[in-house]
Amino acid sequence: MRNFRLIARLDVKMKTLIKGVQMEGWRKVGDPREFAARYAAEGADELMFTDVVASLYQRNSLHQIVRDVASEVFVPMTIGGGVRSVGDAGELLACGADKVALNTGATQDPALITEISQTFGAQACVVAIETVRYEGEWMVMTDNGRNHTGRKALDWAREATDRGAGEIILTAIDKEGLGRGMDLDLVSRVCDSVRVPVVAAGGIGTKDHLGALLEKTPASAVAVAQALHWNKLSLDDLRDTVSAHGHFVRPLGAVASSGGQ
Amino acid sequence: MTQPNCAIIDYGIGNVFSVRRALEQIGVEAELTADPDRILAADRVILPGVGAFGRAMEKLRQDGLDRVVHDYVASGKPFLGICIGLQVLMEASEEFGSHTGLGLIPGRVRKIPVEDDAASNFRVPFIGWSPVAESQSGAWQGTPLQDVPDPNAFYFVHSYEAVVSEPDHLIATHTLGGRAITSAVRRDNVMGVQFHPERSADHGLRFLEAFVNL
Repeated sequence: MRNFRLIARLDVKMKTLIKGVQMEGWRKVGDPREFAARYAAEGADELMFTDVVASLYQRNSLHQIVRDVASEVFVPMTIGGGVRSVGDAGELLACGADKVALNTGATQDPALITEISQTFGAQACVVAIETVRYEGEWMVMTDNGRNHTGRKALDWAREATDRGAGEIILTAIDKEGLGRGMDLDLVSRVCDSVRVPVVAAGGIGTKDHLGALLEKTPASAVAVAQALHWNKLSLDDLRDTVSAHGHFVRPLGAVASSGGQ
Repeated sequence: MTQPNCAIIDYGIGNVFSVRRALEQIGVEAELTADPDRILAADRVILPGVGAFGRAMEKLRQDGLDRVVHDYVASGKPFLGICIGLQVLMEASEEFGSHTGLGLIPGRVRKIPVEDDAASNFRVPFIGWSPVAESQSGAWQGTPLQDVPDPNAFYFVHSYEAVVSEPDHLIATHTLGGRAITSAVRRDNVMGVQFHPERSADHGLRFLEAFVNL
């Protein structure tokens, strides 16, 4: 039995929840706070917010959203986008984030991983890796798939955890937003390269896609965005699938109290 | 009955905001404070914390809060440690060298043993939800866990675990990689939980409510 987590991923641009296809062609979905509260109530184990234009503008603008959500929603939250310093991470944690996700900032200055990990603990330090397959290698990209870093994904995952990252969030850009399944080979390889939890993201469109992830990889969690935002899959569908594969799903408070004596 | 006066020790480590917000949600206005007088005057005290044991103890000692915690506990009023707040209750930890804890509960803190067991696929830090079980029949009697629903689930994130010397001080466990791990300890009026009630949705809020209403 695995304590597998279902993470609702909310990508935010100018305070609006958006969803892109392969990190391009963004469409507006709605108010991230409303979606966050609904997903948590429906059984999401965790929420992940990313300010998708933070790197462009050199700052994260999610502070108020994080504060608002943390005031009403009592499940863990990971926040990413534009984290460039220990101070940036500290501000987001002070707003109610439980973890910060580093991406561009870490690829430019890998020592930042160690600094954040030593200051706030490895459990608060997540490294997000976005990768595309290029000539048979998974290569690390940043800025929503626009910039090549020249790093190989497996090497970078290992380096990031050696430097103190407590978790890896892995997105296969060529699968992202399409709902046609995940890159299971990539997920397995990264899981084999590191000892920390790996969150698989990008490509879930059906219950079978989640089933395949559970059967074929040792991933610790999945991050789902588009399939939830456009009602292709519900958290019930995802929870049923996790449960059907013999893994633990958290009982929901409302269900437990109405079923109690 | 007037509401008990609840203090959260604010010692610059961990997310005190979330704990205070969770208490507000159940109608409890808790005070964030590092003032010894305010802590000693409270009816309920919560010691939160995330991160490293050594840094947490250093911060407590730096402000003299280690003695304040001892004095508060001696008063017999309920005390709750959360996550690192549980671990510092123990005598010592092996996290990044060796550190002395508050010694309120006999025992030590060690890294969660990870065996190379592909089937369990257990990874450290453990991040996720898990049910907690009573360590022995009646162990939850008179504690905030008493009315926890069955099945239950709480949110954990940790790489280290408390190991008590006196079995009666262990009151709840969760199972990771096939092993029972300490989820809650208790000695008289002192309780510690490894999980984060402030991040454990309805079950966590109910737990906090039960602590405040002890």
